[in-house]
Amino acid sequence: MSAAIETEGQIASAARTDAPPAIVLDKVNKWFGALHVLRDVNLQVALGERVVVCGPSGSGKSTMIRCINRLETHQEGKILVDGIELSDDLRALDAIRREVGMVFQSFNLFPHLTVLENCTLAPIWVRKMPKKAAEELAMEYLTRVKIPEQALKYPGQLSGGQQQRVAIARALCMKPKIMLFDEPTSALDPEMIKEVLDTMVMLADTGMTMIVVTHEMGFARQVADRVVFMDRGEVVEVGTPEQVFNDPKTDRLQMFLSQILRGH
Amino acid sequence: MSDVTLNAATANPEATPRSAPLTAVGPIAWARTNLFAGWLSTAVTLVCGYLIIRAVMGFVDWAFINAIWSVPVNANGVAQTQACRDLAGSGACWAVVTEKHRFMLFGTYPYEQHWRPALVCILFVALYIVSALKRFWNWTLIPIWAGTLTAIGVLMWGGVLGLPYVPQERWGGLPITLILATFGLAFAFPLSILVALGRRSNLPAIKVLCVLYVELIRGVPLISLLFMASVMFPLFLPEGMNIDKLLRAQIAIILFAGAYLAEVVRAGLQSLPKGQYEAADAMGLSYWQKTGFIILPQALRTVIPPLVNTFIGFFKDTSLVLIIGIFDLLTAGKTAIVEPAWQGFGIEVYVFVGLIYLVFCFAMSKYSAGLETDLNKHRRR
Repeated sequence: MSAAIETEGQIASAARTDAPPAIVLDKVNKWFGALHVLRDVNLQVALGERVVVCGPSGSGKSTMIRCINRLETHQEGKILVDGIELSDDLRALDAIRREVGMVFQSFNLFPHLTVLENCTLAPIWVRKMPKKAAEELAMEYLTRVKIPEQALKYPGQLSGGQQQRVAIARALCMKPKIMLFDEPTSALDPEMIKEVLDTMVMLADTGMTMIVVTHEMGFARQVADRVVFMDRGEVVEVGTPEQVFNDPKTDRLQMFLSQILRGH
Repeated sequence: MSDVTLNAATANPEATPRSAPLTAVGPIAWARTNLFAGWLSTAVTLVCGYLIIRAVMGFVDWAFINAIWSVPVNANGVAQTQACRDLAGSGACWAVVTEKHRFMLFGTYPYEQHWRPALVCILFVALYIVSALKRFWNWTLIPIWAGTLTAIGVLMWGGVLGLPYVPQERWGGLPITLILATFGLAFAFPLSILVALGRRSNLPAIKVLCVLYVELIRGVPLISLLFMASVMFPLFLPEGMNIDKLLRAQIAIILFAGAYLAEVVRAGLQSLPKGQYEAADAMGLSYWQKTGFIILPQALRTVIPPLVNTFIGFFKDTSLVLIIGIFDLLTAGKTAIVEPAWQGFGIEVYVFVGLIYLVFCFAMSKYSAGLETDLNKHRRR
């Protein structure tokens, strides 16, 4: 049943665009010890596509996107990012990580560096950009996330929402082709969620390829080309936001949606 | 719901904020709350005050009022210490320091050449001060250290630039302590960082090597390591090859301090949240970039207090080299009072030597406290 829906979703996306896939996950399996956390996960993301991944906690959605830049290693199956296959080849991994930006639930800014230094470190040392150019670029992105005036402060002096926007700017400074968001608003107070979501909507409008793990259904409806629903390590349903939210085909998704709606 | 929790003050956003309740200030108020809060506290204050004043007065009497600062020397060059002995412990005989300080500071180094080790000590202190200044924390420190240490070697050994050659066996006193401590910590600290990183490495061979090193070295007393360096090590060397005794002791100290410091550094590495490693990885930083820019700067800041604790410990532990016959500051002090005329004046000598150790250790401790505040600016809001 789930496999049938899976194919349907992929056909839908393939019809939508002819661009080569930015990310391909092919029968990916992963175990934490005896725990089977990813089961035969198949997913293709086209260049410029925005995909929202949702599902109950423990469903493997974070693990899946962490496999894409190899913060976790998968044990079976194939992952291709920007045409390069993820393997133990370190050079391939470096090439992939240069092109894939990531935003974490707990921000993970470097507390001993200023906001500006956080943003320029990787461009200077990984992209070998001159310091001045890197700083100009950082200021440009900090302006775009609307906090240029905080550039010389330390992360600890900012609010949670501001820190997450710095984290987004920091990832963008590497000029990535793909952005991964791992529950970017889950650690934030309600009044700060909006400022981060607005930043992400703005980013989506620029045509960035994005995979976003989130429970923010409003964001998914507004931005996502496709919504992926995961449960117990499997991709259960894939479809447009309308298909997934208005016409869930599986009991598991129906149950999840009813819980989410009750929670809100 | 709001009936219970709301009151006029919180409901009105215009309400003026209340200031914190007033607390009494000033020395009298402080004394009243801390020293004379009740009859028991008053009694304890008075008793302790009496004891402290008695102890301080006793020390002042001994160290200054009844003290003898110099004694006559007879024609044979033997000090006439009868006046000191007549004091029978009621006053300090600082004459022993006046008379013997050159020996305590420089050991058996040729007397007329004492300016050389004295200059060495000054160079060391200057090197510490320059290294402590943030302004010099860049590549210029490397030539500064190399230059100073070469100058120190030239001064101590001589044999060039018209300086008479002085064999290492005749060195002693404060320069030995400073050489052992400075070289010891300057080499042990980088070594410890590598070992701590190695212990967390994914490569099994490196990890096992680092664990073995730390556990083996840490598991034996420093004294036994020094003995091995002094007695056993030469047995393994080919015939005719000889490595300086001081150098062997120095290596033993570096290895020993390295093992201890490695565990301190590892504690700092352990304290970093996993997210810092992941963020650095996700940005594509290489292992050494990640380690140098993200991990070590944070880890080392966290462990400044235990690091300096270990530094201070090793500064004093250099005195253990006495067991293999090297004359450090403490041993030189002890040897100074072997002479019959000065026997029995150990307290004065140990107070003098102790003060020198205290000056160095206290400076380290004060500096590290300042460094901690300065480097942890980012934690302030």
